[in-house]
Amino acid sequence: MNTNNKETSRPSPRPGFVLDVDRNTPPIVFHHGENFRLEKLPTGRSRIVYPSEPLAGIPDPEGAIKDALLNPLGDSDPLPSLLKPGMKLTIAFDDISLPLPPMRKPDIRQRIIEAVLDMAAEAGVDDVHLIAALALHRRMTEDELRHAVGDRVYDSFAPKGLLYNLDAEDPEGMVVLGETPHGEEVHFCRRAAESDLLIYVNINLVSMDGGHKSTATGLAGYTGLRHHHNVHTLRNSKSIMDKENSALHASNWRMGDVIKDAGVKIFQIETTVNNNTFGREGPLALLQKREWEWSARDRAQFIAMQRGLDLMPVKAKRRIFGSWQSPYEMTSVQAGEVEAVHQKTIENVYAQQLVTVEGQTDILTMGLPYICPYNVNSIMNPILVMCLGLGYFFNLYKGKPLVREGGVLIMSHPTPWEFHPVHHPSYIDFFEQVLTETTDPIEIEKRYEKQFAEDEWYIHLYRNSYAYHGVHPLYMWYWGSHAMQHLGRIIIVGGDQKAVHRLGFQSASTLQDALEIASDVVGPQPTITHLKNPPIVMADVI
Amino acid sequence: MKALRFKRNIPRYAAAKIAGNIMPGSGASFGPIDLIQEETSKAPGKDWVRVRPRLSGICGSDLATVDGKSARYFEPLVSFPFIPGHEVVGNLDDESRVVLEPVLSCSSRNISPTCTPCNEGRIGNCENVTLGEISSGIQTGSCHDTGGGWATEFYAHPSQLHSVPDEFSDEAAVMVEPTACGVHAALAAKLEDNGVVAILGSGTLGQVTISALRHLTNPRIIISTARYPEQRRLATELGADIVTNPDEIHRAVRRACGTKAIANVSEKSPEGRVDRLTGGADVVIDCVGSSKSISDALSITKPNGRIVLVGMPSIVELELTPLWHRELQLIGAYTYGTEKLTNGETVSTFDLAFELVKKAKLEKLVSASYSLNNYQEALKHAANAGVRGAFKIVFDLRDERERNIK
Repeated sequence: MNTNNKETSRPSPRPGFVLDVDRNTPPIVFHHGENFRLEKLPTGRSRIVYPSEPLAGIPDPEGAIKDALLNPLGDSDPLPSLLKPGMKLTIAFDDISLPLPPMRKPDIRQRIIEAVLDMAAEAGVDDVHLIAALALHRRMTEDELRHAVGDRVYDSFAPKGLLYNLDAEDPEGMVVLGETPHGEEVHFCRRAAESDLLIYVNINLVSMDGGHKSTATGLAGYTGLRHHHNVHTLRNSKSIMDKENSALHASNWRMGDVIKDAGVKIFQIETTVNNNTFGREGPLALLQKREWEWSARDRAQFIAMQRGLDLMPVKAKRRIFGSWQSPYEMTSVQAGEVEAVHQKTIENVYAQQLVTVEGQTDILTMGLPYICPYNVNSIMNPILVMCLGLGYFFNLYKGKPLVREGGVLIMSHPTPWEFHPVHHPSYIDFFEQVLTETTDPIEIEKRYEKQFAEDEWYIHLYRNSYAYHGVHPLYMWYWGSHAMQHLGRIIIVGGDQKAVHRLGFQSASTLQDALEIASDVVGPQPTITHLKNPPIVMADVI
Repeated sequence: MKALRFKRNIPRYAAAKIAGNIMPGSGASFGPIDLIQEETSKAPGKDWVRVRPRLSGICGSDLATVDGKSARYFEPLVSFPFIPGHEVVGNLDDESRVVLEPVLSCSSRNISPTCTPCNEGRIGNCENVTLGEISSGIQTGSCHDTGGGWATEFYAHPSQLHSVPDEFSDEAAVMVEPTACGVHAALAAKLEDNGVVAILGSGTLGQVTISALRHLTNPRIIISTARYPEQRRLATELGADIVTNPDEIHRAVRRACGTKAIANVSEKSPEGRVDRLTGGADVVIDCVGSSKSISDALSITKPNGRIVLVGMPSIVELELTPLWHRELQLIGAYTYGTEKLTNGETVSTFDLAFELVKKAKLEKLVSASYSLNNYQEALKHAANAGVRGAFKIVFDLRDERERNIK
């Protein structure tokens, strides 16, 4: 990308909408891991929820950031007045899981952190730590940190040990700040807790992100996370993308109160990005176009791309897609008091992503792309496929799920029986041991959570290598637990059959086969809704 | 007499090897094994008695013979032609039922004084298997003079015979001999209380070993590998706490023992794989006997731990550095004899096996039976038992005309 927003957006980006499929509707592109499928949906009873076109980015991001820092929302003073010589300042920022795909340089975090550091330097603050708030995610590599914060910041802080990944298993580095009225322990990064000011730098890709969750989750470890990363909470979050109806967020908000009561002063900086995931120009631009608007050149390009990908070894495809960086543009930045900031952020996320949809459907279809929050520079293993489909895409709703209770979810993804051994060691064990015994989230939680959370080898790899924490695959499974409870059947099209069966789902080689299998559950002539995502679209189901 | 006879015939042996490599068990169609009709067999000595088999099992070592995969090690220890079959329940001439303990030790060879191992009850270690009144053969089923169980009759020395209690079905009785192998292996493991034991392989031998460990020892965790669903199900039923795919055994043992793991890291082999464990299981019992299974055992056994080789190996290729570096004990467990229990009591392995078969209802392992005429089918079934959801395949001789001629 263009760091200066050289790409031109439409003067009036078109909002997302629902297309009723008729005889003239062309085949629709389904994401399918590191490839795509063109699928024809049945006419007369199918509809497609299309995302909005990218909103215009802020033309002067640096100016907007500075303005947000100087004019905070809610009960907060402007940042410069919070910065004093001799103070202890901690800047925490979102980790590699945001945004998706990673954005082109300069990353929003870099822009914000540079602005904050300029102000801190001006105020004579010299005790500054920068922490990647990764909770139980894997540590970021040097390259990844450089990408997020920029070389200048990295070179100034990392060599002195002042820029680092959170280690939520360091007994000295973590502290319990107290308990919520619900008995939830608030586990927190000691450095952040003991700082005079904690500044949190966020990129809010979806409405689940941000708010008190940034700190109450991002700077916590297992002791705290277990109180909301559990089946009961996730099943009572309808959905996790809708804060007002999310038990996950309620718990984080309660924890936020405890953090505040413990005297931790937080200055929250949240940003939103537009839907320019694949670029308005370039090799993937047609993924942002509506199929009936494709030119002959687009069609030829798509066919060539698909055939090329068919022939390419998986590793090569992964390398190509993994190198894609989205030309996201920042659509808003707001700073100040956590809740006031987050309220504004959510409005801005919804402005880009929310599409009104009337009524539920019998069958929900979705094409799953090559990336999810936990496989950046990695492999999308079967558990992550489940989590992306059932945990994230299924939950992209407000009101009620897009698919009716007892309905069928059809996902398209190759679902390879493959794991990144460095990033996901406990996932391998989870897949090999746990899923052969049971796929019931409650049973898994009861029988295996403690074992996986306290396994010394996983803890060692989390702290010293680049592994997700031992308990993380269980959290992925919990993430899908609301969908699993809601759905009558889950089918994966074009997946590795053994892997799909291990997940407890059904496998189909084509969408037509999947629809036929689904008819056992929803009867003949079911209604079908396709969630065309990404770019991200969230359904407001009325 | 009707019997399956194995001859020394090098070209047909080679053909069996090729066929067996292509399709396990098909050595029977090309190899030097034939269905024969003979007048009657002859007792090899004055004490010997005629046994008319009712059921006669097919075991892994038999299949190796049929498919031309037996080690040449055995050549001087057998006498050709021979009639295979050593897992036998049969009738004596007075119609009483007996189970065969097939080892041909000093007693059955009329050798006196008996060798030290036989004196100590370790008849499987008999030093005289090529000597005495009868020709070479470590067991009935590999000795020309005695005949074997894959026939309507053969001869056994009284020291080889155990009476079958009335409550035992033929299926239960035919499981006594393989169960005795599992019992011997489980006790050879010398597993301390609350130890972790891993069993590689869950065919018949693996299953009876799991059962023996569960009933005769006091482990904290029994981990078993299983390739097929029915193996997985039965292993769990017989007492395995964790059942895993063979390729997943390293991680399963690591999880169970709470140990860490080591991988050979290179550009082609990324960090994070689990090649071997820092600690591991107290005991690993290998019921497969392949290069891979023994290598796996070496990489998942804790330092100073013990590996028991029960599955019959042939020529294997091994990296033995871990054996040296981790000071592992690699021991064999062949057949049976007498066992010393932890309370100091000495018991016959077969007596323990009879009890175990009864307690664990091991007759359930008998999955299918064939007549001698259908021996090619039977051997193919046995060689592919796992994939076909089966365990022990037996010849059913109860209705063979030749057997029932008075």
